[in-house]
Amino acid sequence: MRKKLVEFRNVSFRYGDEGPWVLKNCSFEIYENEWVAIIGHNGSGKSTIAKLLNGLLFPQEGEIIIDGKQVNEASIWSIRKEVGMVFQNPDNQFVGATVQDDVAFGMENRGVPRDEMKKRITETLSAVRMQDYRLIEPHRLSGGQKQRVAIASVLAISPKVLILDEATAMLDPSGRKEIMDTVGSIQHLNGLSLITITHDLQEVVQADRVIVMNSGEIWKEALPREIFREKDALRKIGLDVPFVAILADELKQAGVNLQAAPLNHEELLEDLWTLHSKT
Amino acid sequence: MNNALIIGQYVPGDSLVHRLDPRTKITIIFFFVFIVFLANNVASYGILTVFALASMFTSKVPIRFIIKGLTPVWFLIIFTFILHLFVTREGTVIAEFWIFKIYSGGLIQGIAISFRFFLLILVTSLLTLTTTPIEITDAIEDMLHPLKRFKFPVHELALMMSISLRFIPTLLQETDKISRAQASRGVDFKTGPVKERIKAIVPLLVPLFVSAFKRAEELAMAMEARGYQGGEGRTKLRELKIERRDIFIFILFAFVIAGLFMARTYS
Repeated sequence: MRKKLVEFRNVSFRYGDEGPWVLKNCSFEIYENEWVAIIGHNGSGKSTIAKLLNGLLFPQEGEIIIDGKQVNEASIWSIRKEVGMVFQNPDNQFVGATVQDDVAFGMENRGVPRDEMKKRITETLSAVRMQDYRLIEPHRLSGGQKQRVAIASVLAISPKVLILDEATAMLDPSGRKEIMDTVGSIQHLNGLSLITITHDLQEVVQADRVIVMNSGEIWKEALPREIFREKDALRKIGLDVPFVAILADELKQAGVNLQAAPLNHEELLEDLWTLHSKT
Repeated sequence: MNNALIIGQYVPGDSLVHRLDPRTKITIIFFFVFIVFLANNVASYGILTVFALASMFTSKVPIRFIIKGLTPVWFLIIFTFILHLFVTREGTVIAEFWIFKIYSGGLIQGIAISFRFFLLILVTSLLTLTTTPIEITDAIEDMLHPLKRFKFPVHELALMMSISLRFIPTLLQETDKISRAQASRGVDFKTGPVKERIKAIVPLLVPLFVSAFKRAEELAMAMEARGYQGGEGRTKLRELKIERRDIFIFILFAFVIAGLFMARTYS
């Protein structure tokens, strides 16, 4: 039995008392060592979920349980030890004057002794392959490098849950790949539960499970492969279907007998050549 | 984008002056500012000059950086000199033209005062040339620590200083970006009457402020998410340590002061 780390029980949330409901009666669970992608178009409530997980916001209805503790005013400081967050804008979450100061920030807040901090700075910076940049100032780093530092600073407090809230949205494709690769390798090393929040279907490919949000409700919860099958429905709720999925679809309609819905270029190529060698 | 952008005028180095604890440097400069005004004869000025020049050469900061640091104040130094030259009416008249009379006392006074000024600026600019802004911030936080008892927000002040230092380059880059964007839309920053040019600043400042506020909000959220809850129970990664060299410098400086008093008395 895997350990349940995050649980949403009938959570509803709105800003103020009069506003429209941003989240309506959402329930889901996330287990340890699991990678869950939450996708949805802008305003679907996906970023609200991230803020609720960290106690930056509190739900009006329902409850959120993280590692056995309910999220409320009294527990937020211990919850924030368990839940690390990386935000969208690389610049606006970089607090320190240099890379190592930024990684230290979260630990300083928690009163970690200096020697321990130094050790963990070295460890986490090498985990994100930024060990050569310790003393560099943020304005000399690229967006992808800043986000890697942000990941390292979150890892330094060894959380159980890591949330990436659109962490790649402001990066170029190479920066995006950098982050996704880093995150993938870290998750396996540390056995974290990883929650990536995105509006880009391409980024859900590596996840174990996908939660699709639409106007504040959970629209679907499934494996990435299953999600990719529902192209028309996805388009209807405002999500861009990746090129490979569209191509596979067109090929099928043209009479090419593909086995499964491919997730990426490699799988499509694999399908095509095996098919070709069979016929 | 300009990658070599340096905040302040710090010149990286590994000299004795660079490695001194920033608190030592600030304390010494603080006292230097006072004792400069005690100098009253050639010998006492000599001692101060030797001290200032010795610190300058130990710091190994290239002279051109020091001269660059002095450029904005040359005018003040010269102005002080001229003012004293014409206003002081002591000693004998050494030159006379039109309505001006230059007295020997004025000449001496002028040289003395502007030289004092020069020494002051030389020594204080050595602080910023050899100390990173963040070290200065740390030192100020540490030295203001006793004020905490009077509910003075020392930690918050230091955090504000270090965050502003960290965001200066970011906001400069942003200013550059916005001014290009507005220039491409036809805003003219460089020509025309002054009034028009001042007006042209508005489309630059408004977006800059809007984005600065947005940044502040996001940064506050990110800091909170990372467990920031004020200065209580916080540890610090950067540490200030008084080493043997700091004590050595203090003792040396004490001799300088003693020498200065002797030069005042016995001449």
